[in-house]
Amino acid sequence: MQKRISNLPFSGTPEQEQKLNAIIARHKGEKGAIMPCLQEAQEVYGYLPVEVQTMIAKGLEVPLEEVFGVSTFYSQFSLTPKGKYNISVCLGTACYVKGAAGVLDAISKSLGIQPEECTQDGMFSLTACRCVGACGLAPVMTVNDEVYGRLVPEDVEGILEKYKNGNA
Amino acid sequence: MNTVNIKINGMPLSVPAGSTILQAAKSAGIDIPTLCYLKDLNEIGACRMCVVEVKGARSLVASCVYPVNEGMEVFTNTPKVIESRKMTLEMLLSVHNKSCLTCKRSGTCELQALCQELGVEDSTSYEGAMPDSLYDDSTYHLVRDNSKCILCRRCVAACANQHVAVIGPNSRGFDTHIGCMFEQPLANVACVSCGQCIVACPTGALTEKDQCADVLAALNDPTKYVVVQTAPSIRATLGECFGMPVGTNVEGKMVAALRRLGFQKVFDTDFGADLTIMEEANEFIERVQNGGTLPMITSCSPGWVKFCEYYFPELLPNVSSCKSPQQMTGAMIKTWFAEKEGLDPKDIVVVSVMPCTAKKFEIHRDDMDAAGEEIPDTDIVLTTRELGRLIKLCRIDFASLPDEKFDPAMGESTGAAVIFGSTGGVMEAALRTAADTLEGRSVDHIEYEEVRGGAGFKEAVYKIAGMDVKVAVVSGLNNANELLTRVKNGEGGYHFIEIMCCPGGCVNGGGQPIQPSSVRNFTDLRAARAQALYTQDQNMPLRKSHENPLIKKAYDEFLGKPGSHKAHEILHTTYVARSRY
Repeated sequence: MQKRISNLPFSGTPEQEQKLNAIIARHKGEKGAIMPCLQEAQEVYGYLPVEVQTMIAKGLEVPLEEVFGVSTFYSQFSLTPKGKYNISVCLGTACYVKGAAGVLDAISKSLGIQPEECTQDGMFSLTACRCVGACGLAPVMTVNDEVYGRLVPEDVEGILEKYKNGNA
Repeated sequence: MNTVNIKINGMPLSVPAGSTILQAAKSAGIDIPTLCYLKDLNEIGACRMCVVEVKGARSLVASCVYPVNEGMEVFTNTPKVIESRKMTLEMLLSVHNKSCLTCKRSGTCELQALCQELGVEDSTSYEGAMPDSLYDDSTYHLVRDNSKCILCRRCVAACANQHVAVIGPNSRGFDTHIGCMFEQPLANVACVSCGQCIVACPTGALTEKDQCADVLAALNDPTKYVVVQTAPSIRATLGECFGMPVGTNVEGKMVAALRRLGFQKVFDTDFGADLTIMEEANEFIERVQNGGTLPMITSCSPGWVKFCEYYFPELLPNVSSCKSPQQMTGAMIKTWFAEKEGLDPKDIVVVSVMPCTAKKFEIHRDDMDAAGEEIPDTDIVLTTRELGRLIKLCRIDFASLPDEKFDPAMGESTGAAVIFGSTGGVMEAALRTAADTLEGRSVDHIEYEEVRGGAGFKEAVYKIAGMDVKVAVVSGLNNANELLTRVKNGEGGYHFIEIMCCPGGCVNGGGQPIQPSSVRNFTDLRAARAQALYTQDQNMPLRKSHENPLIKKAYDEFLGKPGSHKAHEILHTTYVARSRY
């Protein structure tokens, strides 16, 4: 699956930029500097939008396309921001046969976003992951560190409501 | 030279140490097939077409990157080798858009040729899912159709070799595709339109934006007066479209073909090249005498100009304000020629045939409308390849055409203009005129050998009128980048620099006939094509731009003198700084 690219406005702070510049300065001149820069930049910003990748390309004096190529090659890199609550729906074998796709669809429909996207208000992001190691509870999803198991699509609305109302 | 002894298919052979198996085999008359390999450019051993058996090796090896060693025994045609190559092709076909009958590269496609040569009989052996593929026609100059891409990376290497590097592999595995940063269309990134990616592409994934239909429409519009001009290098390459040897000069047949296509006038861009020299030599002398910005850099190559706008905007004042020969010729057709013939420039369609895809971009630049707003100096640009196709479309038997001459109104030119098509040619032409002007006499020595030849980076010092003139000539944007970085740092002490965008100059332009890697890897295309131009120069009665009687007439009747107010209005232009991000 190709990675989704965020179309949400970039909201980096001067502090984050300062951190990124320090990261770039530390790795500049190293062979293979792009990868550690992307890793550390993602720790700072949570994701790797065009603004961040451009800063890396300029700073390391490498083509932006090369930076982008690396960022789309490795699954650990995200081009979309994470929401305040990141929902991860397991699509591993056990969860999948137990109907995880229906759960994912229900969340997607309710929030109006696709996997690898974030809601406009920055509250929820959605990802599809592989096995979280709780196959006995299939189908499983996590919201940040909270685990929900034995789900049916009808459960989705109630769970989301909890977070929307701040009762989580 | 150190040699090593090897055996290929049982045949003993002595080859230079350090050769690859591919090169060694070639010297023994064995042509190992390749797809991703381009000499000096893309040596990544990725496609597995060139695999061979080496005695004692664990598995098949990629001969394009595998060096020979003493006592090595190589087998290039065993059943194991052939089966492997066939399987590679069948797997490529499993994700290939097999619309070969209607593909522009049919007949020149390397994948198609290999399938035929290796006897691939079933194109559906591994049929299954097809990846989503990108189609990008956002620019003026090219079309990317990734449904025909085999991911050989030749275009990526060609782009990086131009120091542009705006295309590369995105995503991974089944989704891997060649694209731009953040999946932007090519028009939104810092592409310089040089087309080196197109001539590197083995298949129909990259093609020029074809405008043959626009030309046909203009030719069949009775309200239009359709004129054509051909760049210096086209005569040295067009023959390749018709199977002639590389380096055949077909000027006469080319003119005959254009006349038969129905152009009302067949003009020579060489006229514009001579005119460029008049203006550029004058601009150079003025800069030298009046303390203007130096070094002055040539402006004939629109790919280079765009590169400068993106990568070295601070050096734009160094770039000559002269329009390129294409645009000068177009501008003179729509002003001087129109006036003389009593034509409304709005009714004239100027078609140019160029070795270059960046020319398709250049005609849309600002400040390229000498005859008035909304009247472009040049209307349609065809590459050499498109002209070849147009001649075939109109069923003209090229080989049997007589030799004809350009129309005299803008058909006379000099040897100086002819060599514009090769790296070093513009510099040499300018020096011939500058030397005569500064010395105030006709200088006999006109062959500036030091700036000739295929090297990417050349420099020389010439004594002209008591002054040491230091010049540099580069082709290929990696070389340009290296040179300009030095200029930017105040190094070099150059007075005059010629830059051509494509490695080797226009003879190796992105619009030139595509030679398959099997030819390109073992033939010096640039040298053979350039030789045709230098030979013509040598045989011409007039070899200095300012001696062209037509140029004298243009200044006497119309422009005044080089650098005049009118010349500036018609023959000069402006540049803009562009952002790379």
